[in-house]
Formats: sequence, structure tokens, C-alpha cells
Amino acid sequence: MTREAYHKALNELENELLKMGEMVAKAVKDSIESLKTRDIEMSREIVKKDLLINKKRFEIEERCLQLIATQQPMAVDLRTIAAILSIIADLERMGDHAEGNAKINIMIGSEPLVKPLIDVPRMTDKGLSMLDRVLKAFINRDAKAARTICDEDDEVDALYDQIYRELLLIMIENPKKIEGATYLIWLAHNLERIADRVTNIAERVVFMVTGKMEEMNVSKY
Amino acid sequence: MEIRKELNPVRSSSMNEQAVSNKSLSLTKETSNGVKVEVKGLNFFYSGNIHAIKNIALPIYKNTVTALIGPSGCGKTTFLRCLNRMHDLYPGNRYEGEIWMDGKNILASDIDLIRLRSNVGMVFQKPTPFPMSIFDNIAFGLKLNGIKNKGELAARIEKALKDAALWDETKSRLHESAHALSGGQQQRLCIARAIAVEPEVILMDEPCSALDPIATAKIEDLITELKKGYTVVIVTHNMQQAARVSEHTGFFMMGELVEFDTTQKIFTTPSNKMTEDYITGRFG
Repeated sequence: MTREAYHKALNELENELLKMGEMVAKAVKDSIESLKTRDIEMSREIVKKDLLINKKRFEIEERCLQLIATQQPMAVDLRTIAAILSIIADLERMGDHAEGNAKINIMIGSEPLVKPLIDVPRMTDKGLSMLDRVLKAFINRDAKAARTICDEDDEVDALYDQIYRELLLIMIENPKKIEGATYLIWLAHNLERIADRVTNIAERVVFMVTGKMEEMNVSKY
Repeated sequence: MEIRKELNPVRSSSMNEQAVSNKSLSLTKETSNGVKVEVKGLNFFYSGNIHAIKNIALPIYKNTVTALIGPSGCGKTTFLRCLNRMHDLYPGNRYEGEIWMDGKNILASDIDLIRLRSNVGMVFQKPTPFPMSIFDNIAFGLKLNGIKNKGELAARIEKALKDAALWDETKSRLHESAHALSGGQQQRLCIARAIAVEPEVILMDEPCSALDPIATAKIEDLITELKKGYTVVIVTHNMQQAARVSEHTGFFMMGELVEFDTTQKIFTTPSNKMTEDYITGRFG
């Protein structure tokens, strides 16, 4: 009584999750790229494409519900589907953060940035690296790797603190730059939240593998 | 009757010794119910020395439902039938080990098998009503137990039918043939027949496998009610059913008990890879 069609559907579900992860990673990367190159059109494209990410989330959710209703998954399969349902919500919100950053670029418009982008790309790279590895940990059922990724959230938080302090200083020194600096604080905050959501995903990976929910890196924000 | 509290779950299975012994030990802390039946080092051989049950140890907790799952031929029904010594009906079968129930080893040679079987009732896969009226089906076992008084018989039959959730459907037709009942009603009649003699343990061997989903749902509701007064052990091929009705689940494989734990644990985070592979349909 092996259930080939069911297990094929489970594998497909995981592939769809990876595709959604790629879509989100591209949106995050492009949102910062468009800011760096001040490409408003590119930002508008990211805003449009966020709808596709949302659509993908609901497609995956639908597949999960169908599998639960028709196949009665149990044990690790049930935990996997529960994890996927949670992970897609986090990925979708990460997509929203990328969309938010694209909108910030649109709002800044033709105004010059109040500071050169140094730590923002670092935060982005770090967050994207964490996202890439947490999805690999999901596929490899690697709880150890997932726990390690959670620890890295502190580095992103530290970068955010640094950007925040720098922008605060800019605002104090030149109140005319308050608006531009606020935009960048929002942007950095979005990046910080993206890393937080990676830790949520990591927690779900650990749950999927071990069956235990662990709060692994409580954000101080 | 005396309820045995201590457990001896350690077994020498090659499959999963550590998992089962650890889990069984933890179960003593988790459950508030006492142990009704304690199986220790049970081996069973069919005639011809076929080793069907291998060194099984497990507790069956009072007023709970214990489900036994596993692929066909894994020994779960054979194990169930050890619990009221049904195998004694055929020559050449042999038990080793101990099954303790209320302070008595029911495998001992001096056990009164008639009493044991009225104390440990059984419901089979297919409904097996006798070719007689609904009333007489239940009266049969009561009469065998020496109850002759008509008033008492009628009262006991009404109680059994009520306990089996069949009274409302049959009270106006008690003297009609039991075969006129639907499959689900016949199965509840068999449950009523089993509980009429007031057993303490009810064994159910795939009681819903011949029933439609609605009749199945009724039997499952009934099982949930029955455990208030009885200890139920159920063999089922339907894992969702095991998950729905039982507090504890044992997974059998090739005559061995691979894993025994709370049902919640077995169906969400089983300790043993084989259990997980079986319940997720990766083999079986």
C-alpha cells in the first residue's frame, strides 16, 4: 500500500515552495538593486510582481488543504504540510517587505539618497543568504543548519542598529534630510524583518524535523 | 479488583528495543489510568511451531482505547486473540510469557476459560448475529451465564442495547430476526451481546471494516462511550480510525511490537522510522 501519487504530490508541493522562495529572493534582491540604480521602472515591476507571489502562496495553500483533505497525512508528512503552510505566510510577507522597499524607491523618486548605500546591501546579502540556506535546510531536513541560521539574525539586527544610528545623526545634523532618512529607516527595517522571517522559517524546519516547536531567536525589536 | 500499577515494559526485540522500553516507561507517568492488562514477554506459536507473536510487552490501560495497527499478517489479530485465549479453541497452539489481568496471569493453566471469555468479550470483523431474534441474541450469553429470570433477562438486554446505542432502533422489534438489521446495526448488536455479560475488557477485531462510513461513525462514537465503563482494545487497518478513537497505539510488524505510545505521539512524531514509514504509507 505505498502511496506513490501522494508522495509525488508532496514532492511537488516542496518544489512549489522552492519556486516561491526564488520569487521572493529575486524581489528582495531587485528592490535593493532598483534603489541602487535609482530605476523607478524596475521598482514598479517589483510592485506588480508581488501579486504573483501572493498568488503562488494561495496556490500552495490550496494544494496543502487538498492533500490534508484527501490523503490524511500523518507524522512527518503532516508536520511538513503544517510547516509549509506557515512558511508560505512568512515568504509572502517577505515579498511584501520587498514590495515596500520598491515603493520607497518610487517615493524617493528623483531625490538623491541621503547617504551612500553601504550597510543596506550588506543586510540584503545577509538576509538573502539566510533565506537560501533555510530553504536548503528545509529540503535536506537539516535542523542543525536551521538553528545555525537563526543565530545569524543578530548580525542583521546589528547592521540595522548601525544604519538607524547613522540616519538619526543625519536627521539631527540636517532636518531637511528627515524625509529621505526616514525612507531609508523604513527600508532597513523591512530588511531586518525579512531576516526575522527567515528565523521563523528556520523554527518551522526544526519543528518539521523534530516535532518540537522551539523559539530560537527572539528579536529585541 | 486489583489494578496493577507497576510496569515491566522492557523487551528484547531486535527491532526497536530502546524505543519501546523508553516510551512505555514514560507512559506510566503520562496516564492517570491504571493498567488493566499487562503483557510480559508474550510469545505465541501456531500449531506447527509457527512463531507468530515475538516477545511482546505492553500495558493496556483501564477505561481507555488501545489500538493495534500494522500491515496484514503482522500479528495484531493473533495478539488480540491471546487476550482471551481464543487460540485455545484449536489444538497445537502454544503461548509463552505472561498476560496479567487484575493480578492473575490469564495464561496460567488453572484459568477458567469460560469466565475469562465472558470477562474479555470480543467483537469480530464481520457482524456475526446468531440466526435468532434480537432479544435471543443477547439472551444467549446471559443464559449461558446462568441468568434465567425473565425480568432480569429483559432488564439486562435493555441495558446492553442502550449501552450499544441500539435500543431506540430496536425496542419495538426485539423479537424480529437479527438478520433483518442493517450491517451497522448487526455490529452494534454484536457489541450489545458482548457487553450484556458485563465484561471488563472488549476486544474488537476490525469492527468497522465491513461497514459504511455512517455505520462506522456510529460504532466509533459507541467506542468512545464504551471506554467509560470498559477497557477497549481494537485492531484496525484504518489508521484514521485508530487516531480518532484510541488513547494508545501499538504498531506491529512481523510479529513484533515495533512501537507503543500515546496515539497522539504515534501519529504526529513516532520514535521509530518503521512506524513513520508505515503510517505515512511509505510501505505496507
